[in-house]
Amino acid sequence: MLNWLKKLHWLDWLVLAVVFGFFGFIWWQIEGNLNYKWRWHLIPNYIFRYHTGREEWFANVLLQGLAATIRISIYASILALILGTILGIARCSANLTIRMLARTYLEFLRNIPPVVVIFIFFFFLSQQLITAFNIESWARGIARQDSKWVWEFLFGDMRRFPSLISGVFVLALFESAFVGEIVRAGIQSVDKGQREGARSIGMNRYQELRYIVLPQALRRVIPPLANQFITLIKDSAIISLISVQELTFKTVELVASTRLIFEAWITCAAFYFVLCFGLSALFRKLENRGTARS
Amino acid sequence: MTGGTPIIAFDNVDKFYGDFHALKDISISVREGERMVICGPSGSGKSTLIRCINGLEFHNSGVLTVDGVEVYEGSKNILNLRQEVGMVFQQFNLFPHLTVLENLTIGPMKVRKASREDAEETARKYLDRVHIPEQAEKYPSALSGGQQQRVAIARSLCMESRIMLFDEPTSALDPEMINEVLDVMVELADTGMTMVVVTHEMGFARKVADTMVFMEEGRIVEVAEPEKFFTNPESDRCRAFLEQILEH
Repeated sequence: MLNWLKKLHWLDWLVLAVVFGFFGFIWWQIEGNLNYKWRWHLIPNYIFRYHTGREEWFANVLLQGLAATIRISIYASILALILGTILGIARCSANLTIRMLARTYLEFLRNIPPVVVIFIFFFFLSQQLITAFNIESWARGIARQDSKWVWEFLFGDMRRFPSLISGVFVLALFESAFVGEIVRAGIQSVDKGQREGARSIGMNRYQELRYIVLPQALRRVIPPLANQFITLIKDSAIISLISVQELTFKTVELVASTRLIFEAWITCAAFYFVLCFGLSALFRKLENRGTARS
Repeated sequence: MTGGTPIIAFDNVDKFYGDFHALKDISISVREGERMVICGPSGSGKSTLIRCINGLEFHNSGVLTVDGVEVYEGSKNILNLRQEVGMVFQQFNLFPHLTVLENLTIGPMKVRKASREDAEETARKYLDRVHIPEQAEKYPSALSGGQQQRVAIARSLCMESRIMLFDEPTSALDPEMINEVLDVMVELADTGMTMVVVTHEMGFARKVADTMVFMEEGRIVEVAEPEKFFTNPESDRCRAFLEQILEH
């Protein structure tokens, strides 16, 4: 530790002083001018809470929100991966119409702000589908069943299932455009000789793609896909706008009812940070192990 | 080696890449069991010629018949044809995500719908034939260039093809590995396989070729038996080319 301190140049000290000075100033502003009363001791209650009536601990709003964010991110990623792979394949298709359609979809999603996309998808698609398939009443039925704990583990409160599904759907559609581009880059990075090798042993276009090109392409794009997964977790905050009860939405509610503005948002930020930073560290570790092996 | 019906027949075939005239009025045929070696300077159309045979490229005019089936773009028979015609590439084109054994079995299993046991048995037989039975479980990247090319040959053999095409199979190899590949090819020639080989390995050509073909600028300039081809070629261009590559 001391050795490390000795290595610092006077310029490093200056930079550190400026940074600390800046945060000190902000703190001083909050303390002095805003007259903000910190009530950190209330926060743990909104993560875990002891139910005096039932005499047990239960996850309160913030943790519920985090769980919903994780669920939504996982389902949306799986769906986005499937849609994105199809989109990526379509982008490399020999058929011009398919290529154009894929391109159109992609350009629309890339050149419209995510929030707008999400509102459009939500009102036009999710709402329609949920009514069409009668998901609402189906989910209420589940919520009354004995086996509901399985469903609740997978999807959280089943009464909120329609909104969760809309969130997953909308987020997946949005992210699939980016996954599609990653997959396309992967497919195009596979050497032309691989396709010729596959064709020379009589494979048709589907077999060539399925057994030769895609396995190599997907293996190559795992690192950017992992990054996209982390981006998706962060992007999931915007679906709070369509009332999906994930972490950001729950924080908004908490702030509205308790006025714990800084405490709640800082906790929310910490949750996102730990989740995303943890995953990115994990992926980096896996990636290093992967390269060390091959 | 004489007699036998033509298994590959080019009839006034032309091929263009945009404005570039890659094959000019090619008419030539290969009999069943014949070993044909094609040589010529780079850019002379040798590779294009043999890539037309299994439909990796398609000619623009003229008629090309392989194993009794006409080859043209959009033909429904191309996939069947490719099962009958094996190809070995300059860059091996092995599948790096599969082990050697899987490289050999994926064709028979997915294309010919063979069972895994049968495919593996065939694969091991041909790995034996190319003298690397011990490498079956490794990935191609762990093998030397010569070994990889021999796996590529075995991969084509596993499809039980009746015709084998070789597109400069030794050009990407380090010199000390060329012979191990050529030896396998000579052994293959001894089994009576129909072979069309693009190569500059004239020692190999002398040993196995029934017919020598010299190409230049998209044309077939000379077709002759090896004896005559190497001692007394008719065209000056062919003679000049041979002098150039044989002078070392």
